[in-house]
Amino acid sequence: MSKQKSAVSLFKEKLERIEEISALLEDQEIDLEKAILLYEEGMKLSQECIVVLKDAELKITELKNSFKSN
Amino acid sequence: MQLPQYKSVSKLTLEIKATLEMNFKQETVVGEVSNFVAHSSGHWYFTLKDATAAIACTMWRGNNQRVSFTPRNGMQIIVTGDISVYPPRGNYQLDVQVMKNVGVGDLQIAFELLKEKLNKEGLFDQAKKRPIPNAPGKVGVVTSPTGAAWQDIISVAKRRFPLVELVLAPARVQGEGAAESIAGAIDELNKFDDIEVLIVGRGGGSLEDLWAFNEEVTARAIARSKIPVVSAVGHEIDFSISDFVADLRAATPTAAMELVTPDGNKVFAFLDDKIEQLDSAISNNLQAKKDIVNRFITSPVVATPINLIKISAQKLDLAVTMFDNNMANYIKDLKNRLNSALLHLKANDHKRIMRKGFVFVTQNNKLVKVSTDLDTKQLFDLNFIDAKISIEGKNE
Repeated sequence: MSKQKSAVSLFKEKLERIEEISALLEDQEIDLEKAILLYEEGMKLSQECIVVLKDAELKITELKNSFKSN
Repeated sequence: MQLPQYKSVSKLTLEIKATLEMNFKQETVVGEVSNFVAHSSGHWYFTLKDATAAIACTMWRGNNQRVSFTPRNGMQIIVTGDISVYPPRGNYQLDVQVMKNVGVGDLQIAFELLKEKLNKEGLFDQAKKRPIPNAPGKVGVVTSPTGAAWQDIISVAKRRFPLVELVLAPARVQGEGAAESIAGAIDELNKFDDIEVLIVGRGGGSLEDLWAFNEEVTARAIARSKIPVVSAVGHEIDFSISDFVADLRAATPTAAMELVTPDGNKVFAFLDDKIEQLDSAISNNLQAKKDIVNRFITSPVVATPINLIKISAQKLDLAVTMFDNNMANYIKDLKNRLNSALLHLKANDHKRIMRKGFVFVTQNNKLVKVSTDLDTKQLFDLNFIDAKISIEGKNE
């Protein structure tokens, strides 16, 4: 069966990274250049997530089992 | 004129009504109660059935008030009543006047026996319940492809979290072979290794309609599923055997789908929240950097340069003293040089003029500045640059 990551798990990975980034940014000791890079990454991921969820189309697979073929 | 050979619907119905009602009076029937409804008006509506047939029954309030028990689905009862036909709907029913309880129905007994057996085997153990993923990538669904349950599941998924993927294993959910069909579909979905949760169920119905979910075949298939199962048999009050075996019970297919998908609106809210957090984190970070600079700028030394001077006042004093001393010496030197120059100038002033051809007159070694001071009868001197010539006075 497919080993490909599902849309949901990719989505969840992005959400986790966003959480991680916002935690990292809370640390004021972080240097400015790094902070800006993280901020940009976090914003990009957030926008991606919003677009992905808004535009998602439900994927449905129907198995052709014995009942169906009846 | 000959009338055409047909009857109105009403006339036929009235004839049927007359025939049935005349011929089926005070019938005493035994059967199992199902679809029992105690209406708010006080009347009872139910179906009396056995393995192969069913008949609609009503028991009006005035009659049912004399019954000492409240019928429940699955109960075996004996009733006495008349058949009546209801013309507006063209159906017939048994108007029950007397009801007696003859014990629990077969289905109910089967249910209790199986429940007890599986419970003893530990199939209902709470410890065996697996956690249900809250945002699975793929959800397997076992239900009828033509049932309302499947449509409900699709619409919940679309509304809440369309990123999810649904895999339907179609199953017969009532009638002959339904339990086997459900079990087969559960097994089939277990061949996928990326399906994270199963929803097994159907929409609401009578006890008979839902019976497949009370059968051992179904229960065993749920129990052996490697994928966690949410049971979703559409009935709010009673539990099915499937509910006890499943990892989680949902009252309806809609509720089941809601349990396994996050609320998209909450996800959007979460993202908004994070964006806000990122914004405030970055501005706090910038502010922290600004603060460092400000602390430096506003530090006492940097803020008021005079303090810098104060701090090295002693140095400055020293420098000034040194400057003063040097200047004094310089001026002193200058004065000396000026004095000597003046002296020199005094000594040599008249000679500079005499070189240009001027001659001055002296008499008795005194400078004669104006003609009236000269005594022309006596000797006087003309002083040239190179020599002195004495002139004899005129003796007149």
